[in-house]
Amino acid sequence: MNDLTMRIDGKEVGAAEGMTVLTAARGAGIEIPTLCHHDSLEPYGGCRLCLVEVTERGWSRHVVACVYPAKDGLEVRTRTERIDRIRKGILELLLARAPNSPILRELGEEYGADPDRFEGEGSFCIHCGLCVRYCAEVKKAHAVGFVDRGVRREIAFIPEIATRVCESCKECFPLCPTSYLQAAWVLVKSLATPA
Amino acid sequence: MPKLRTPQELSEYREGLAARGAAERPCVSVCAGTGCLASGAREVIEAFRAEIEAQGLAAGVEIRGTGCPGFCERGPVVVLQPGGICYLEVTPEDVPEIVTRSLGEGEVVTRLLFEDPATGERVVREGDIPFYRHQHRLLLGQNIRIDSRSLDDYLAIGGYAALPKALVSLSPEEVIEEDKRSNIRGRGGAGFPAGRKWEGARHAPGDTRYVIVNADEGDPGAFMDRALLEGNPFSILEGLTIGGYAVGAREGYIYVRQEYPLAVENVTRAIAKAEEYGLLGEDILGSGFDFTVKVHRGAGAFVCGESSALMTALEGRVGEPRPKYIRSNVKGLWGRPSVLNNVETWANIPLIIDRGADWFAGIGTEKSKGTKIFSLVGKIRNTGLVEVPMGMTLREIIYEIGGGIPNGKRFKAVQTGGPSGGCLPEELLDLPVDFDELTRAGSMMGSGGMIVMDEDTCMVDVARYFIDFLTDESCGKCAPCREGLRQMRRILGRICEGRGEEGDLETLEELAEVVGLASLCGLGQSAPNPFLSTLRYFREEYEAHIREKRCPALSCRALLSYYIDPEKCRGCMICLRKCPSQAIEGGKKQVHVIDQEKCDTCGVCFDVCPPRYGAVRKISGEPVPEPLPPEERMIVKAGGE
Amino acid sequence: MKGTELCAPAADLEEIDRIIDRYRDEKGSLIQVLLTIQAEHHWLPREVLSRVAERLSVPLTRVLHLATFATAFSRIPRGRPEVHVCTGTACHVRGAPRVLSTIEELTGIQPGETDLDLRYSLETVNCLGCCALGPVVEIDGKIHGKVSIAKTEDVLKSCE
Ligand SMILES: Cc1cc2nc3c(=O)[nH]c(=O)nc-3n(C[C@H](O)[C@H](O)[C@H](O)COP(=O)(O)O)c2cc1C
Ligand code: SF4
Ligand code: FES
Repeated sequence: MNDLTMRIDGKEVGAAEGMTVLTAARGAGIEIPTLCHHDSLEPYGGCRLCLVEVTERGWSRHVVACVYPAKDGLEVRTRTERIDRIRKGILELLLARAPNSPILRELGEEYGADPDRFEGEGSFCIHCGLCVRYCAEVKKAHAVGFVDRGVRREIAFIPEIATRVCESCKECFPLCPTSYLQAAWVLVKSLATPA
Repeated sequence: MPKLRTPQELSEYREGLAARGAAERPCVSVCAGTGCLASGAREVIEAFRAEIEAQGLAAGVEIRGTGCPGFCERGPVVVLQPGGICYLEVTPEDVPEIVTRSLGEGEVVTRLLFEDPATGERVVREGDIPFYRHQHRLLLGQNIRIDSRSLDDYLAIGGYAALPKALVSLSPEEVIEEDKRSNIRGRGGAGFPAGRKWEGARHAPGDTRYVIVNADEGDPGAFMDRALLEGNPFSILEGLTIGGYAVGAREGYIYVRQEYPLAVENVTRAIAKAEEYGLLGEDILGSGFDFTVKVHRGAGAFVCGESSALMTALEGRVGEPRPKYIRSNVKGLWGRPSVLNNVETWANIPLIIDRGADWFAGIGTEKSKGTKIFSLVGKIRNTGLVEVPMGMTLREIIYEIGGGIPNGKRFKAVQTGGPSGGCLPEELLDLPVDFDELTRAGSMMGSGGMIVMDEDTCMVDVARYFIDFLTDESCGKCAPCREGLRQMRRILGRICEGRGEEGDLETLEELAEVVGLASLCGLGQSAPNPFLSTLRYFREEYEAHIREKRCPALSCRALLSYYIDPEKCRGCMICLRKCPSQAIEGGKKQVHVIDQEKCDTCGVCFDVCPPRYGAVRKISGEPVPEPLPPEERMIVKAGGE
Repeated sequence: MKGTELCAPAADLEEIDRIIDRYRDEKGSLIQVLLTIQAEHHWLPREVLSRVAERLSVPLTRVLHLATFATAFSRIPRGRPEVHVCTGTACHVRGAPRVLSTIEELTGIQPGETDLDLRYSLETVNCLGCCALGPVVEIDGKIHGKVSIAKTEDVLKSCE
């Protein structure tokens, strides 16, 4: 049911009501990089890497593809000099946090990001929220959540819940774009159940 | 109090108040706003109570703790009615004299009046003080006339005239039309036309709608919303009720930060009062319109003032912004059409309905109508809240109302728009202040903070201050804001500490683009403004910090040295005793010398050196002169003495 | 922080329940409940957060995020008096950073901390709305205006 027609990077793309620009683009084989998107989760718009330029009624602006609704007649550009520059910037900022993340390194190379541009502060988490949201939305277990705000924001397991439910699940581990999540869980487990 | 069931009953009740002469009775109004309370207003009120009692005048004189009239600098402010005599900086000791002479004998206590610094003339009436004379106080002017707890006071000055007019003689569409014709734009940030927002909500599908007051007032240099809410809460309730009627909402919320306990208290009490009078609740004034209001305290996060975050917080969840490509007047609180407006926006609504859109649109500039309240603070002589018509120039506000820069210092910049705004230099002092002019100049109206800075304020430090604030207040959800601001803060901090490098400014500009364009909400999108505007107008200050390790304003602590001028030092020992680091050597009648190794540049010596000596100097970007050798430090009396 | 936990009063869960019940029927009452508990108990211990989560049927993750997100909440006991240094813009340009560092030196604690004897808690706040009096320090609700470096010590002492 493709009742909407858009143009993405000059290519005509059909989409259905309720789809986002991202799903429409991916359906047509146009790749847009994402870090915090997951098909079975609510749109989040946290990493901002999927930034694209949309033009509607002569009006252009930058939006994130993973949230922006597909609309009839929408004109989308997924790569411009500016978009590439912003993506490079975001990747450099995140690489300062999680220098060893394979997906960051790979994307970094594609966009010419310098992994050492910014002074590192290895918290290893890039706050994509995939684990937190997956645990809440899909598993409804709420074993891991965010604490604090801004630069102090972190993920934290609730030991009482984690020791009960995580061992048999661990479905969020492969979602993590860094290796931090697993480490955090191991730590909580060891603290909650001392050997 | 029986409920007022019809507009007729309301006007009869109002006439009854007038007949009892409530308005004409002699009255002592003492500002009981936060600023004046801090200066001792509570004690002044108590002193008036006691003295009036003692002189046997209690039956004939009313004492009122009122809302803030704005002139916080000279508080506690006392205004006597009738006559409008205004006394400033009143202490409890002044009270017996005021009661005996002014209330008893109708004389004026001259020494407590405002004195014009230019002419030395005394000014008797409030409205004639230059600080007030150049203002246009549609909203704030009411504050000193009413006790914020008294609905009767609000009725006596003509409050709740607009509500019956809206309910009886206008349809909801006509109220919206009036709002649109008045062209009022939101006072909380971006200046979005309120009428259009209301119309969008009215036409959005669904039965349940909400109207919300944004009283989060997160700008760390603005307090006009607090003054309105504390001083005249009924005007906000009246505006909100009219809004509810217009958009078809039956529930309203007031989101107030918990740091404003007095505002929470006053507005909660006002809601109860309005319910008691039948001005909130079911079938208001017999119109068939039901409307209730709840107060929700905010727990202290700047980002919660952002509309989607505020609505999330109202739902009891963490106040993180949501990406909103659907406007909240279509899908807002609990997914329903919701109209969010700032306190000051709501406060204007009764005036617009009562006096008409044409009257309102006659004030201000072509695209910015009405008045705007600013909190004029920082390095300015008359600090306080000022309300002026849109389009007044910065120069008029700062010099004619604010009285200019104190201590003979030079004006350097004025910061408007809070953390989302920018700093404007002297060349732009003739800029007319309205939404669009400020934006064009690289700043914005914001909620109305106006912070004046003089030659001692370092613009790099100001940028660092705001970026620091925003880094701390960022919710951390999206990467550009959380990580980008962190890096910007780090670089700006380095520059202020004298560790700036070539290339830093370019890196900052690149980061500013990423943060400004890619962030999720308004906090991140506007966060680079304080940096960009200071760079645009004060680039040479950045360069001095980076290249010469010099802070031209002599403000950045790491780039300063303190030095005692041997020619001026009289060996008085004051600084030596006060220095917390014991870094000052010397003795009686000996030139003091600062040991630069021990000095941690706290600046106490600079503050305590008696002005008649003025021997301590701040030095930046150049070497500290060698101290006198010990044998030459004896102070020989100047010849003739 | 062990020491302070020992001398802080244990939370009375029945009292907590009474607060929760006051807001029971309101939609989205979680923040209001936490604010009231904070106001009455001066901090939010873990067992209280668990209780609130359980009684309001809200995930503990959300309660924990809230309790660490907003500045009004404290996860450690706060001392008396609570010293609030205003770091709003107006106070900043009038010298608040120097007042703050003087207080840090005098009390030996950083903003957000309570000293081990629960003698002081130090917080910074963004604008107390008395910019005319800046720099401003608020100690247990009482506002001290025009605080200079030289005056800071006296201001602190006046409240002991
Ligand atoms: C980070 C951020 C903080 C904000 N804080 C406030 C605030 O404290 N008070 C306010 O009225 N508006 C604030 N706003 C603006 C609101 O999002 C919203 O635009 C405004 O309340 C709408 O009311 P108005 O149209 O009457 O101005 C803020 C916006 C952002 C992005
Ligand atoms: S821009 Fe900043 S405050 Fe806004 S959502 Fe992103 S991280 Fe949160
Ligand atoms: S994938 Fe769109 S913001 Fe992360």
